[in-house]
Amino acid sequence: MGLNMIVTVKQVPDTHDVASDAMKPDGTVNRAALPTIFNPEDLNALEEALKIKDRVGGKITVITMGPPKAVDVLRDCLFRGADDVVLISDRKFAGADTLATSYALKCAVEKIGKYDIVLCGRQAIDGDTAQVGPQLAEKLGINQITCVTAVKELSDSFITAQRAVDGGHEIVKSKFPVLLTVTAEANEPRSPSAKKVMMYKNIDKKTTDESYDETYMTAGDNAALTFIKEWNVDSIKADPEQCGLSGSPTKVKKIQSVVLTASNTKQIQNNEQSIAALINELRAEHILG
Amino acid sequence: MSDKNVMVFIEYNNGKIADVSLELICEAKKLASKLGSAVTAVAIGDKIATSLPLLGYHGCSKVFLYEDKRLANFTSVPYAKIVVETIKKYNPYIVLFGATTNGRDVAPRVASELKCGLTADCTDLQIGEHDIKDKVYKDILLQIRPAFGGNIIATIVSPESIPSMATVREGVMKISPPNMELTIEIVKEEHQLSADDFMSEVLEIVRKERSVNLKGAAIVVSAGMGAADEDSFALVKELAKTVGGVVGASRPFVDSGRLERDHQVGQTGTTVRPNLYIACGISGQIQHRAGMAESKRIIAINSDPNAPIFGIAHYGIVGDIKEIIPRMIKAYKNKL
Ligand SMILES: Cc1cc2nc3c(=O)[nH]c(=O)nc-3n(C[C@H](O)[C@H](O)[C@H](O)COP(=O)(O)OP(=O)(O)OC[C@H]3O[C@@H](n4cnc5c(N)ncnc54)[C@H](O)[C@@H]3O)c2cc1C
Repeated sequence: MGLNMIVTVKQVPDTHDVASDAMKPDGTVNRAALPTIFNPEDLNALEEALKIKDRVGGKITVITMGPPKAVDVLRDCLFRGADDVVLISDRKFAGADTLATSYALKCAVEKIGKYDIVLCGRQAIDGDTAQVGPQLAEKLGINQITCVTAVKELSDSFITAQRAVDGGHEIVKSKFPVLLTVTAEANEPRSPSAKKVMMYKNIDKKTTDESYDETYMTAGDNAALTFIKEWNVDSIKADPEQCGLSGSPTKVKKIQSVVLTASNTKQIQNNEQSIAALINELRAEHILG
Repeated sequence: MSDKNVMVFIEYNNGKIADVSLELICEAKKLASKLGSAVTAVAIGDKIATSLPLLGYHGCSKVFLYEDKRLANFTSVPYAKIVVETIKKYNPYIVLFGATTNGRDVAPRVASELKCGLTADCTDLQIGEHDIKDKVYKDILLQIRPAFGGNIIATIVSPESIPSMATVREGVMKISPPNMELTIEIVKEEHQLSADDFMSEVLEIVRKERSVNLKGAAIVVSAGMGAADEDSFALVKELAKTVGGVVGASRPFVDSGRLERDHQVGQTGTTVRPNLYIACGISGQIQHRAGMAESKRIIAINSDPNAPIFGIAHYGIVGDIKEIIPRMIKAYKNKL
């Protein structure tokens, strides 16, 4: 049958190992000191799209919004099997909160035009908001299934998916078009294919504002891309007022780095008397029964 | 009374009002008393009216009730549209959702449609002021949350769009004791949904009982990777049993498969604030501390005197778990 899929991905600073030199003295994050990575759950979203394509056929277009350097993650998507990739980049997008981000992505998705499923990672590790997916779905006026842990059934008009809910899971069925947010539990992302790495390792971006060529959706798999499309505010027909900082209702008032609250730690010697004294003290205060 | 009401989105768990919703009602009550306003709620479901007086006991004065067979289970589009309708009709000043799977599913759709700000997974809320250029916004919601993998704490405001909306982490806000004398006004509402809005069909719901109730426990004894060998883990469990506590764990310990996810304490697990927290072989990385730093008393047991956990512990014991825990158990039993 063949499904048209759009995947949104993001390049993020690696927050797993934030060393102290990554924090500036004023408590803000020195992004430059952090390596950038493919947002982990976005890789799961791409993998889920690839699995759907393996199952029923189809085409996968990946979009990322970010600085020019974000083409790295798009190249990675091509290595793993995406059919087409688009970078949305413009100074006017800078400072976007989730609302402004989802607005820009919506404009790009509408420029692409035809789709059955939009897949997003559940959340990005730099913000942990999990808001862009549902906001994109609302702006597109389509249904959503969040926190997807498995795709069950697929037909040419609907999908059945399992989603994690607090303390368990549920199985939800939705007609197309639908947006899914995919969790790390859903799959194990495949590695880049050596053949595709050879094919695309030098591919670069090129600004283009032609209307999106939908015919690629039906073109054969061997129609290799020659460049990565780069779109800006004008080419996706976005209202600059709704982009970036001006389209973002939330403002950061204050940032504090997390410092240990220096409490008065009482050192207890590791011997029977000291430990017994501690236990008795806690008993006297009714902390221990 | 001001008209800056605080509205709470009510969630249900197996037919009962979820704890997080009661936590939010109590938090909303605090915010409302600073604003001189009232707490309202929006409750969506099927045959749920009898559950609502409980909201009143915790300080909610009015609830907007939507009942329909098709609303028995949570689905994104109908729930989001109803919340939007309610906000448009009653103009709350602040709207709070639990940072649960469904709260975080519905809140962004609502914020997107209303084009207002939304802050995810807040751990603290305050009323304060903020200025942009020459304009001072008074009495606005300060939304405080960890960001960047827990390495920073950000205060977010959205003064130019009303309502201010936030999802709030479960277990962080306290439930104050109910007052059975308080009453609630139940306002029956008719939704404006059409058949096309019911886009999802829930085919199956599986909810396991939690394997442990960390949030409600007075004493939590937690195992980290320093207690990963079988003997040490057995000692941690024995200590918990002896003192009448429950067993918690760090994330890598849970990842190693010996305990279910329900036992995980921390930023991506449960937030606890017991009377006593005993950290056994836990280094005390920021993501772990985020879930236990507000415990009344903290005992840290770690062989590394420089482990960050000692920075927030009230009592520190440097040494091997295998020596220390048996001494604690012995001391405790001696007194009985
Ligand atoms: C986005 C994100 C979210 C996260 N969320 C969470 C979360 O919710 N909860 C969480 O816990 N972690 C979380 N983490 C992981 C966190 O960063 C730490 O890696 C984790 O808490 C460390 O676990 P640990 O202390 O058990 O292990 P380790 O860091 O390996 O520490 C083991 C400690 O045991 C001590 N030790 C070893 N042997 C002994 C012995 N015989 N006796 C006494 N002490 C001994 C060592 O000195 C060491 O301090 C998260 C990480 C990220 C990036």
